[in-house]
Amino acid sequence: MLSLASISAGYGSFQALFSVSLDIARGEAVGVIGPNGAGKTTLMRVISGMLPLREGSMTFEGKAIGGLPAHHIIERGIAHVPENRRLFPKLSVEENLRVGAFIPEARARFAEQLDYVYSLFPRLKDRRAQAAGTMSGGEQQMCAIGRALMSKPKVLLMDEPSAGLAPLVVQQVFELVGRIRAEGLTVLIVEQNVQQVLDVVDRAYLLEVGAIKLSGTAAAMKDNSFIRESYLGL
Amino acid sequence: MDIYLLEAVINGILLGGVLALLALGLNLIFGVIDVVWISYADVVMCGMYAVYFLYAQYHVPLPLACLIAIIGSACLGILVHRLIIAPVLDAPPLNQLLATGGLLFFLQSFATLLFGTDFRNIGVRLPVLELATMYVSFARLIAFVVALVGAVVLYFFLKRTYIGTAIRAIAQDREIVGLMGVDQRRVYLVVSAIGGALAGLAACLLALQYDVHPFIGNTFGPVIFMICVLGGLGNMLGGFFAAFIISQIIAIGGYYSSTELSYVFAFTFFIVLMFVRPRGLFTP
Repeated sequence: MLSLASISAGYGSFQALFSVSLDIARGEAVGVIGPNGAGKTTLMRVISGMLPLREGSMTFEGKAIGGLPAHHIIERGIAHVPENRRLFPKLSVEENLRVGAFIPEARARFAEQLDYVYSLFPRLKDRRAQAAGTMSGGEQQMCAIGRALMSKPKVLLMDEPSAGLAPLVVQQVFELVGRIRAEGLTVLIVEQNVQQVLDVVDRAYLLEVGAIKLSGTAAAMKDNSFIRESYLGL
Repeated sequence: MDIYLLEAVINGILLGGVLALLALGLNLIFGVIDVVWISYADVVMCGMYAVYFLYAQYHVPLPLACLIAIIGSACLGILVHRLIIAPVLDAPPLNQLLATGGLLFFLQSFATLLFGTDFRNIGVRLPVLELATMYVSFARLIAFVVALVGAVVLYFFLKRTYIGTAIRAIAQDREIVGLMGVDQRRVYLVVSAIGGALAGLAACLLALQYDVHPFIGNTFGPVIFMICVLGGLGNMLGGFFAAFIISQIIAIGGYYSSTELSYVFAFTFFIVLMFVRPRGLFTP
């Protein structure tokens, strides 16, 4: 469904990704794990069009999407929950969700999609009129995921959804990944929380210094001696 | 309370309406695009010339002349963004300031070249209202009411529509709105058009009260900037209220001394406040 073929990207003279290839099938949940600075966020930014592609190609549902700006990528059906949530802090929860439904197709089914997001996160409904920046980290993460879901995407990119959250909330975020998957959404999730992400994804890639070092099914990754030693501390 | 003082206060409030409208336009552009349009008051000047020529020279009915002037000013806003602002968006703020400052001299000189330095009046004589021995200019009253209606329409546009919500969102996080499908360049054009239209509306209201000449922008341009900075640059609500504070100082100062000196009071107040609250009256 989404396929990256030897893509490279970077910032100025700094190259962050070196010939990364990755494939995601429809309905799959795929994880990208790796240490800080490995290029995980850069990878997400390239896919969603926030950062230009330097080399390689990207296709989505058989069509080339490499080089498209972010506001066209979302229209194709790829939504990105950015690192650190990046809500609009002074807008209310519902206004944040309204911006999430900016594309024409999403505006047409705003009410329906809003009900869906509120059913996923009843807490957001209680706080609909509150300024998003005044909520707790967990609530903000829910709002950020909700904002991305408002466009009714086919693929959801999640960048470090568990970062900075209390353990119990992290648990809830991963449970949610399971729930939205059950509805047929394809998920690509970047995480440092290796143990927990491997429990919810089907397959995973290990990214180190901008290149894919390992890949395989979640079970195979958990059994891999290198991952066990370096990332799971076993 | 002295009846003449009360008259000055009322006229101050009425004056504040148009200033508040212009402060809204300038703050909107600054808040969203992050560029200060030094030449904003000169867009107003162009709008005033449009009203003057359409109405006084070509005898277009006044409401239609105003509508054309507003649309024309909106187009001028888009043109200014396309030709002047867009190329310097990533440039240092000083370069942006020089570019829009250059536009100020260009517009003023161009208007001088085309129309000369004559003071022109559209020749609409509106009655002066007498309320319990106080005199209130009807033109000012209309200007106040229309400016307030304009502000309310802008408020609902920003609050209730998708594009309005996106405009407020972009002012808070420029980079991330693309992920929601918002084309930043398109929003900038919409905001420039709205900013231009607000200047055009103010031009119609000012043309009822003042003569138009190429340097009319200099008489209220600095006041608008002072208001915006006082309210906190980019803070639309702050600018709105600051407009009424400044217009009161000008009106009451004018009552106790002279109009010229009242501007001295206003700017002195501004300078002192900048020491006390350098980020604006309403910024904590």
